[in-house]
Amino acid sequence: MSDKSTETASREAKLGTAPVMAPPVDVYEDDSGILLFADMPGVSKESLSIRVDGDTLLIEGDIEGALGAEAEPAYAEVRGAHYRRSFSLSRELAKDRIDAVLKDGVLRVQIPKAQSTQPRRIEVRVG
Amino acid sequence: MLSHFMHYPTSLFGEMSRLQREMDHLFGGLATPASIRATHWGTFPAVNVGQTRDRVEISVFLPGTRAESIALSFQDGLLTLAGERETEVPDRSDGVEVYLQERFRGPFKRSIALPEDIDAERIAAQYRNGILQIQAPKRESRDPHRIEVR
Repeated sequence: MSDKSTETASREAKLGTAPVMAPPVDVYEDDSGILLFADMPGVSKESLSIRVDGDTLLIEGDIEGALGAEAEPAYAEVRGAHYRRSFSLSRELAKDRIDAVLKDGVLRVQIPKAQSTQPRRIEVRVG
Repeated sequence: MLSHFMHYPTSLFGEMSRLQREMDHLFGGLATPASIRATHWGTFPAVNVGQTRDRVEISVFLPGTRAESIALSFQDGLLTLAGERETEVPDRSDGVEVYLQERFRGPFKRSIALPEDIDAERIAAQYRNGILQIQAPKRESRDPHRIEVR
């Protein structure tokens, strides 16, 4: 192990920060807006955080129940305790109308496009 | 410097360049010893196995999977878990564009070898928040039988 990674690990231990993992996502777009799904198993409504900061959407959550408190780890494929991922939102999206649902560790986020950016029909009057 | 890359935002409307995706994956791997995204499709779902004095505990990371569709069985010391993970995908005919599709979907199967002294009758499992928790208690061991010498 290199000196640099030992340094990082001990600094993380001092800060009390466990490794952070980026959850895998599916992102779709159609005329009405964006649909985003994130796999965040272990996250409950209480430990989930969704924030919009300027043009950035940030989703994070603490993982609970990854392994019992008394259990001695024998084999761990998931060693992180926290998910975090951020996305930059284009101006067309209505950031104040984000709808989010969390079920069975899957976060579903729907972000509509702002009304004014949807194709507007212009009525032509016959003069 | 490492923390800067952990907060690197992914643009939803920008071009999903291969380089951006590769950097995301690379630094995701560096920042975490084991990240869910780093597991190959062949090793979904990820598992954590731990032991206490009297049982083996397993956490299986199975987001969005209906509990009834998970088949869990134990035979000859091997705990096997199988099922199908479905994901919601918008109807493509509505002119839907796919920007990212990273989540695992489809059938899965994994087997975990457990110690010999597991009491099969008392294995229990619960599904909560996308994690399947399994407890496999060890058979109660009898105290060493003391033999008196006359």
